Amino acid sequence: MIHMKEVYKKYPNGVVAVNGISVDINQGEFVYVVGPSGAGKSTFIKLMYREEVPTSGEVIINGINTAQLKRKEVPLFRRHLGVVFQDFKLLPKLTVYENVAFAMEVIEEQPKKIRKRVLEVLELVGLKHKLRMFPNELSGGEQQRVSIARSIVNMPKVVIADEPTGNLDPETSWEIMRIFEQINALGTTVVMATHNREIVNKIRKRVIAIEGGMIVRDVDGGDYGYEI
Amino acid sequence: MEVITAMKYRTLQRHFRESLKSLSRNGWMSVASISAVTVTLLLVGIFALVMMNLNHFADNIENDVEIRVLIDIINEPEKMKAAEDKLIKQVKSLPEVAEVKYSSKEEELKILIENYGEDFSLYEQSNPLRNVLYVKAKDPQQTAELAKKIDKLDNTYDVIYGEEKVKNLFSFLNTGRNIGLVLILGLLFTAIFLIYNTIRITITARRDEIEIMKLVGATSSFVRTPFLFEGLWLGLFGSIIPIFVVSIVYHYVYNHLTPRIKGEMLQLLDVTPLVFQVNFILLALGIFIGVWGSFMSVRKFLRVY
Repeated sequence: MIHMKEVYKKYPNGVVAVNGISVDINQGEFVYVVGPSGAGKSTFIKLMYREEVPTSGEVIINGINTAQLKRKEVPLFRRHLGVVFQDFKLLPKLTVYENVAFAMEVIEEQPKKIRKRVLEVLELVGLKHKLRMFPNELSGGEQQRVSIARSIVNMPKVVIADEPTGNLDPETSWEIMRIFEQINALGTTVVMATHNREIVNKIRKRVIAIEGGMIVRDVDGGDYGYEI
Repeated sequence: MEVITAMKYRTLQRHFRESLKSLSRNGWMSVASISAVTVTLLLVGIFALVMMNLNHFADNIENDVEIRVLIDIINEPEKMKAAEDKLIKQVKSLPEVAEVKYSSKEEELKILIENYGEDFSLYEQSNPLRNVLYVKAKDPQQTAELAKKIDKLDNTYDVIYGEEKVKNLFSFLNTGRNIGLVLILGLLFTAIFLIYNTIRITITARRDEIEIMKLVGATSSFVRTPFLFEGLWLGLFGSIIPIFVVSIVYHYVYNHLTPRIKGEMLQLLDVTPLVFQVNFILLALGIFIGVWGSFMSVRKFLRVY
C-alpha cells in the first residue's frame, strides 16, 4: 500500500526534513503520525501525495514509485488519494454540494454519477441537509466534514489528513474522528498527522512518531507519548 | 467511445463558462486588454489596406516599365535601315523580351508635342530626336538586366528605363512598410503584455481553486484550458470593432475615390476580396494575440505539477 524505503528529503535551503525513513503501511490500516512541530511530519505526508519527491530513497504508493511518475501521470495518481487539511481548503463561492461535486467534475465524471455519489458522501458525513449552504455559513467542524466528503468522493484507497482537527474544539474533533473511523471501516487506509493527544490516547491505533526527520517509535495501539 | 466524446464536450462547455465568468469578474482589466487589442488591430487593418493598395500601385507601375532604346544615327538611310532591322531582330531574340515596338523620330516628336505643347513644333524643321525601340520585359524585375544586355548591342545610342523612378518608389514603399511594421510590432507586444497581465490576475485570484484542482487529480490541460479560452475571448472581442471599421471605411473610401480616379493608372483594389482578406488577418491576429498572451501567462504562473 504505502512503502517507504530509506527516504531522504533535503530542501534547496539545506534543511533536511526527512532523514532516512523506512516504513510500510498496509491497506485498511489507520495510522497516526505524531511528533513535535518541525519534526518532518508535513514533509512525510507530502511525500505520500507527491507534493514532494524524495531526494533519495523510494516512495511507493499503490505500487507506484512517485519519483518515477511523469508530470502527466501525477493527476491520475492523485485520483487514488484523498487529502484533508487543517484549514479545510474549501472554495468560499461554492455551496457545500458544489464543493464536493467539484472534485468529481475536474476529473470529468458523468453528471449522473456525480449527483448520486455527492449525496452519498454528504449523507455519510451528516451534511445532506446543508448542501445548499456556503462554507461561511457553516461551523468549523461542518466545514471539515465537507472537506472530508470531498476527499473521499472519488473513492480513494488512501485518505491522508494533515492535522484535520487542528482548528476544531475537542467535541467537534471527536465527531470528525468518528467520520474517519467510518471511512476506515469501509476499507480505506487513513494516515493522519495530529497533535491531538487525547484522541490518540483514546482511539488506539498504530502510532508513528517522527523526530528530527526520523521515525523514533512505531507502535500498534500506542499512545501519544509526549508531555506538553 | 461515445461516453468519452460526451464527456469531452461537457468539459469544453465548462471551460467556456468558466472563461466567460472570469472575463466579467476581471472587469476593467478585461476592458483594457480588449481595448489594446482593438487599437492594435485598427492600426494593423488600416496599415494593411494602405500597404496592399500601394503594392498594387507598385505592381501597376512595374508592369508599365518600358525600356527606351535610342538608336544610333547613321547618315545613309539604307545603312540605317539595315542597322535598325538587325537591332530589332537581335532584341527580339533575347529570352527576357516580351514585346518590341518601333517608333520613328517623327512619331516621337508628335508625342512630345502632344505632351508638352506646341512650343516643340519648332523642332519639326530639324528634328533632334532619334528613332526609338520600346521594349518590355516578360518579368518587370528583369528590366534592369535586360536594359544592360541591350546596351551592349551595336547601334544603340542609349538605353533608358526609368530606373530612378522605380527605385524611388520601391524605397518609399519599403520605408513606409518598415516604419509601420515597427509601430505595429510595438503595439502587438503591448497588447500581448496586457493580456498576459489580465490572465495572471485571473490565475492569482483562483490560486486556491487551482490548488484544490491539482489535489483532486485534475489534469494540467483541464486546469489550463479556461485561461487559454479567456485569452481567446479577449483577442476575439478586440477584433470586432476593427473588422467593422475597416470594412466600412474602405467601402466609403473606395466609393468616393474610384469615380475620381477613373482611367488613371493608379486604381484602388476592389472591395470584395481585399476587405475579406484584411478581416481574416485581423481575426487571426486577434486570436493569436489573445491565446499567445494567455499562453505565456499560464506557462509562467501555472507550473502544474
